[in-house]
Amino acid sequence: MTKQVQQLDRVIIRFAGDSGDGMQLTGDRFTAETAQFGNDLSTLPNFPAEIRAPAGTLPGVSSFQLHFADHDILTPGDAPNVLVAMNPAALKANLGDLPRGADIIANIDEFTKRNLSKVGYDGNPLEDDSLAEWRLHAVPLTSLTVKALEGYDISKKDAERAKNMFALGLLSWLYHRPTEGTVQFLEAKFAKKPEIAKANIAAFQAGWNYGETTESFSVSYEIKPATLRPGTYRNISGNQALAYGLIAASVQSKLPLFLGSYPITPASDILHELSKHKRFGIRTFQAEDEIAGVGAALGAAFGGSLGVTTTSGPGVALKAETVGLAVTTELPLIVVDVQRAGPSTGMPTKTEQTDLLMAMYGRNGESPVPVLAAATPSDCFTMAIEAARIALKYRTPVMLLSDGYLANGSEPWRIPEIDELPDISVLYTTEPNGDDGTYLPYLRDPETLARPWAVPGTAGLEHRIGGIEKADGTGNISYDPDNHDKMVRLRQAKIDGIDVPDLTVEDPDGDARVLVLGWGSTFGPIAAAARRVRAAGHKVAQAHLRHLNPLPANTGEVLRSYDKVLLPEINLGQLAMLLRARFLVDVISYNRVRGLPFKAAELAAVIQDVIESD
Amino acid sequence: MTDTLNGKGLALIPRTDAKQTLKDFKSDQEVRWCPGCGDYAILAAVQSFLPELGLKRENIVFVSGIGCSSRFPYYLNTYGFHSIHGRAPAIATGLAASRPDLSVWVITGDGDALSIGGNHLIHALRRNVNLNILLFNNRIYGLTKGQYSPTSEIGKITKSTPMGSLDKPFNPISLALGAEAGFVARTIDSDRKHLQGVLRQAAEHRGTSLVEIYQNCNIFNDGAFDTLKDPGVRDEITMRLEHGRPIVFGTGDNERAVRLSPTGGVEVVRRAEVSDAEILVHDAHNPDPSLAFALSRLDEPAFEHVPIGVFRSIDRPSYDQLLNEQVQAATAGTGMGSLADLLHGGDTWSIG
Repeated sequence: MTKQVQQLDRVIIRFAGDSGDGMQLTGDRFTAETAQFGNDLSTLPNFPAEIRAPAGTLPGVSSFQLHFADHDILTPGDAPNVLVAMNPAALKANLGDLPRGADIIANIDEFTKRNLSKVGYDGNPLEDDSLAEWRLHAVPLTSLTVKALEGYDISKKDAERAKNMFALGLLSWLYHRPTEGTVQFLEAKFAKKPEIAKANIAAFQAGWNYGETTESFSVSYEIKPATLRPGTYRNISGNQALAYGLIAASVQSKLPLFLGSYPITPASDILHELSKHKRFGIRTFQAEDEIAGVGAALGAAFGGSLGVTTTSGPGVALKAETVGLAVTTELPLIVVDVQRAGPSTGMPTKTEQTDLLMAMYGRNGESPVPVLAAATPSDCFTMAIEAARIALKYRTPVMLLSDGYLANGSEPWRIPEIDELPDISVLYTTEPNGDDGTYLPYLRDPETLARPWAVPGTAGLEHRIGGIEKADGTGNISYDPDNHDKMVRLRQAKIDGIDVPDLTVEDPDGDARVLVLGWGSTFGPIAAAARRVRAAGHKVAQAHLRHLNPLPANTGEVLRSYDKVLLPEINLGQLAMLLRARFLVDVISYNRVRGLPFKAAELAAVIQDVIESD
Repeated sequence: MTDTLNGKGLALIPRTDAKQTLKDFKSDQEVRWCPGCGDYAILAAVQSFLPELGLKRENIVFVSGIGCSSRFPYYLNTYGFHSIHGRAPAIATGLAASRPDLSVWVITGDGDALSIGGNHLIHALRRNVNLNILLFNNRIYGLTKGQYSPTSEIGKITKSTPMGSLDKPFNPISLALGAEAGFVARTIDSDRKHLQGVLRQAAEHRGTSLVEIYQNCNIFNDGAFDTLKDPGVRDEITMRLEHGRPIVFGTGDNERAVRLSPTGGVEVVRRAEVSDAEILVHDAHNPDPSLAFALSRLDEPAFEHVPIGVFRSIDRPSYDQLLNEQVQAATAGTGMGSLADLLHGGDTWSIG
C-alpha cells in the first residue's frame, strides 16, 4: 500500500500518560530523533511532583510536549496538533488544550470500565461520538506490544511496559524520524539486560511497522530540516546548559568549581550533572541542608574556589543569611535559583517568575546583589558564565534566575567554539597593598570598587573577615556611624557600577509605538507573539532583560521612547513595580500565575489589545 | 582501601622551619571579652600552643559562628572568618574539603553549636572533614545576656526562664559519639597543660575532632565549673581518661575506679573493692563507641565525677581525603577534562 506523504512546516505533539508510563523518556527520544533530523524544536515537559501518583488518576498524568518546525521557533507551542493519550486520564487531562481537528492517538486497551470510571467518564469516549470533532485513532497499543513481544523471554509486565516504545515507533513513522539513535540508545540503556533491550527495540520497530501497514493512518508527514545558523548543534535543556555553563566558567576562570547543594525540584539535575564531571576538578558536596550548601560554597570561595550553590525558591529563603554574609565579606559566589511555583512548597514541578523581588531584596540590611535571568534553555549556559564573570570581577554573590520551564525544556543549541567564550580569569592578591607591607582586605579597586581576594596559604596577607561591619580599608570591626554609612553606600555603588550590556530592541520597521518588554523564560512566548502581531500587520517592538540588577544603563531611555510599554510576567507584577519606581514609567502589566508558560496566541491578543487601545 | 592519615593529620599542611612564638599568633586587635572571662585562658593556651605545630601560619584558618567565643578569630594572626550563627561547621567544611593543605579550626559555643547549628555539627562529625571543632561550653547564652542554653541544667533560672528551665540538656560528648565522631575529647579552660595536650591530639587527628572545653562565664553563669577547679575537690572528682591506662581517680580512701557494670554500662566503685583486673582500661581507639559513650554518661550525678581527656580517637578516612581521591581518580591518566569534548558530547548535528 502506498501512503500519501504530506508536507508540513511545523507540528506540535503531546505525549501524555500515567507517570509510570515513561512519557518523559518517550518525549526525550522523539526530541533526540527530531534534533538529529535537523528541525528546530522546543520542548515542554509537564509532570506531577509525586513520583508515582496513584495509577490512572488525573493527578498522575505526566506529559511531554514537543514543537518542531522547518523554521526557527521560539516556544513549545500553544496547542498540540497530535495528542498521544496512553489512558483515559491522559485524554481527560489534555483534551481541553486540543483544538478541534487535531489528531488523538489513544491506547484503547486502557479504556476499561474501571479506568474510565476512575476519572469520571460515564461512557467510553472512544466509542461514543464525543470525540467526533477530532481525528481519533484508537490503537490497542498495549496488546499490540505484548503480541509483538511474544517470542521474547521477558515477563508480561515488562512486555506491557514497552508500549511507550511502540508508540514512539508509530510516531517516528508518522513524522519520518530517523530511528538509529533510538536503537542505539536502547542498547546502551539496557546494556545489562540484553533481553529487555531487544524487546524494547522490537516494540519500537513494531510500532513503526504498524504505522506502515495499518489503515488507521493513511497519511504520513514530512517537516523539512530548518535552516539554522551554520555550526554544530545539540539539543540541550536549561539545567544541563546551566551545569555546562558553570563548568565552562570554571575552565575560563581557571578556578576549581565547588558546588554546595541540597536536592530540590527543579534544580537537582544541576547537582547531578556537575557530579558527573569531576575530571574538570569539580568538587560537588551534597550538604545536610540548604544553609550548609551555600555555607560550604562560601567557605570554598574564601579558600579560592569558584563557589556555587544551586536551589529553588524555598532554598533561597533559607540561604538568605549566608548570601548577606557573602555581600558583606565581598566574596564571589553564585546562587542559582531555578524558580518554581510558590509560596511555600507551592507546586514544585511548575514554573513561575515569582522570586525576583526575593532575589533583589530578600535579605536583612542594605544588601544589594546582582541579579541575572536566563531567557531560554541554552541561554542558561551563557548566563552561568556571565554570573561567574560578575561574581569574580566584583567579588560579590550573584543571583542567577532560571525556572522550571527553562530547566526541563530543551532546544537546539549551536555549540560555541571555546575561543568564543569570554576569558574571566582573575588573580588572587599575593602582595601587601598597604603601607609598611600591611594588607588591607577592604582597599578597593578604584574602577570596580572590588576588594582584593587573598586566599589562605598566602604568606603575609593573613587577615580576618566576617559579618560584623568593617572599617573601610582595614576591614577591622567598626561601629563608627559614618564608616557604616560609607560602607553601605560603597557596597551599593559597587553593584550599581557593574558593567552590563545595553538593552537592545527588536523593531523591524523601526517605528513601533508599543514596546513589549520581558525578562527570563517569557522570551520565547513574547517573541513568538510579537511575530504574530507583526504578521497581522501591526507594529510592535520587543526588548528582553537578562540583567535585572543592575539594569542596563539605557533601560530608562528605551522605556521612555515608546508610547506604551507592556510587561508580561508570570507573577503579579514584580519587575513592573521596580521599573515604575525607578523610571516613573507607566508600565502596563499582564500577569498570569498558572504554573505554566504563557502561550504565544494569548500574548499576541494582549499585545494587539494594547496597540489598539487608546 | 584508602589509607587514612590518622596520626598524620598535619601531613598535608605545609610546615615551616622558622621559629614561631606566641607573639606571631597575636593579632593587633584589642581583645574585648569581659574581664575574667574563661575565653582569655583558652586564647592564651591556643596562641602558645600553635607554634608547637610548626605549621606555616598562613595555612591555618579559624572559622567561627556567633557568640562570645566566636570573636576568637579576630585575635589570632592567622586567616580567619567570623561567620553567622551556627553555620561555622558548614563554612569550614567547604573550605577544608576544597583546601586539604589548610589546618582549619572551628570556634563555637554551646548555643552556636548545639542549638542553632546543631544540624551542621552532627553532620560535620559523621562526615569527618578535616576540622578541629573547639566547643566552648559555658552552659549559658552570654552575648544575648544570660538566657539558658542547651547545656544548662534543668531548672536553670535565667531571664527567659524565671521559674526554671524545663528542657533536659545535651551532653556534648554523648551527642558527638552518637553522631559517629571519630575524635571526641573534653578539657577545661583553667587547666592549660591538659587543654594543650588535648588540642595537640585533635590537630594531629585527620578528620573532624570535637573538643568540648568547659569555660567559665563570670558574668552570667559564674562558677559553673568551680567544683572542678577547687583544689580541695578537683582531684577527687576529675576522672582523667588516658588511652591504655586503667581508669582510676580520687585520692586516699576516696580513690575510685571504673569497671563494667552488670547492666552493660560502666560504673564507678571504690578502688579498694575491686581487683586490678576488674578495672576498665581506657581504649580510645576501640572501633566500638559503646564504652566511650558509657564513660560520657558518668557526668551524672552532676560533679560527683567528671571524665575529661580523649574519649575516642579512631582511624577512618576523612571526607576531604576521599573527595580529593575521587577528583584524582577522575583525572588520572587522561588528565583534566576537555571543555570542547564535553560540549560536543552526546548527539550532535552540523548545519552549513
